[in-house]
Amino acid sequence: MRAASTIERVEATLAAIDRVDPALNAFTRVTRERARAEAAAIDALRARGAPLPPLAGVPYAVKNLFDLEGEVTIAGSAVRAEAEPAAADATLVARMRAAGAVLVGALAMDEFAYGFTTENSHYGPTRNPHDPQRTAGGSSGGCGAAVAARLVPLALGSDTNGSIRVPASLCGVWGLKPTFGRLSRHGSVPFVASLDHLGPFASSVGDLARCYDALQGPDPRDPACAQRAVEPVAGEVDRGTQGLRLARLGGYFDDFATDRARAAAGLACRALGVERVVELPAAALGRAAAFVVTACEGGALHLDDLRERYDGLEPLSRDRFAAGAIAPAAWYVRAQRVRAWYRTQVARLFDDVDVLIAPSTPCPAPPLGAEWLELPGQRLPLRPSLGMLTQPISCVGLPVVAVPIPEDGALPIGVQVIAAPWREDLAFRVAGALAASGVAHSSLPAVRA
Amino acid sequence: MRDADATAYVDAACDLAGLPLDAAARGRVAIQFVRLAAVAAPLLAVPLPDDAEPPAVLPP
Repeated sequence: MRAASTIERVEATLAAIDRVDPALNAFTRVTRERARAEAAAIDALRARGAPLPPLAGVPYAVKNLFDLEGEVTIAGSAVRAEAEPAAADATLVARMRAAGAVLVGALAMDEFAYGFTTENSHYGPTRNPHDPQRTAGGSSGGCGAAVAARLVPLALGSDTNGSIRVPASLCGVWGLKPTFGRLSRHGSVPFVASLDHLGPFASSVGDLARCYDALQGPDPRDPACAQRAVEPVAGEVDRGTQGLRLARLGGYFDDFATDRARAAAGLACRALGVERVVELPAAALGRAAAFVVTACEGGALHLDDLRERYDGLEPLSRDRFAAGAIAPAAWYVRAQRVRAWYRTQVARLFDDVDVLIAPSTPCPAPPLGAEWLELPGQRLPLRPSLGMLTQPISCVGLPVVAVPIPEDGALPIGVQVIAAPWREDLAFRVAGALAASGVAHSSLPAVRA
Repeated sequence: MRDADATAYVDAACDLAGLPLDAAARGRVAIQFVRLAAVAAPLLAVPLPDDAEPPAVLPP
């Protein structure tokens, strides 16, 4: 039988988006003509018998904070809707194009990435494909929902405090928050320069690794981007875990998790033969530092919007932005100093462990509109607390593969596979072992079953 | 932090920062400011070595 052409695959993708996305609200823009042009270019290569790039013909979409040439980069905001269209693609979008991937659209997010639920008051909430009455997580909620619903096999998102790992967990897909500085952020709308990361989502760990490999490489246009050569990981996924020192994170990571979240981490550890439990020193201080740095840098970044367009900003986050904008400078400097100290504490942990396992979120996907997170002995505001388990990790830039752990008849939830800085390869070896064991995979939601 | 202190701080800081917020908005911002202060409190209390410097770009 003749293999489908790229244009046929892309037309099928566009038709699926038209059919399924109205129930999810994952896409804010479908880039049909660009998709057809990029697909035609791949088909032309194939017709000539030319070598095909590594992601040839693979459809993907990006969180709408990535610049796309000729499109307005709205970053989830109504106040940017009339901005000038982007003059060029973001670096990572250009790299996806060079790798042969085909862009099909832009994806929903919390305004300016300040949220964990993608309950966007301007563009509507993004719904979880496993239960449309529940949140897809955030702030890259459109990425999680689009990949979970198999509208695209790959998506690009951002993660400042958990915005890849939270939707990956709640939607049951794979995600990567690389080491801080690994992937260029040039051409994306910033949120918190000290903490912003970009990274991929995928429906399989192999696709996640191949996509990450295509995104790597130095970029002097992002001042935080390390000028490191590409360190491919696709060959690491099937290597197994022999020789690796693994441990589960306890303490703080048990205290802020429901039974279900702890069970998912326990299941992953049993599959890997992990019995050792360690604590991340001062994790609560790390989380607090990330929280304060986020409020202050985010508030300062959007001070003009707060002054001039307050009523046009997202009601769920504008008051938090304003509080951060007027916080004492001493709080911000102190939080940054605590980060520097906390980094030294975390680094010591990796003297005798290679990879750590922890839940990604305190709970599976909550209902849209939920206000409170109930944990044993404590009740917390839900929206900021969905990042309780991700913030202590990204605060110091550690690489994390977010691994989906499905359960029959229940919502999915994820675990974080965490490595030392620049050791994404080790995290992918463990993630690949979890996939091979059968406990980790992206389950098909009812909306596509 | 007392709520009255937070309200007074938010009023003064909004004026200094040029944030023209009405009373209702300032009240909501004050609630968020109190939450932020609670998160910041342990950071301000923990002893730090002198060489814990705020980084321009933090190497991971």
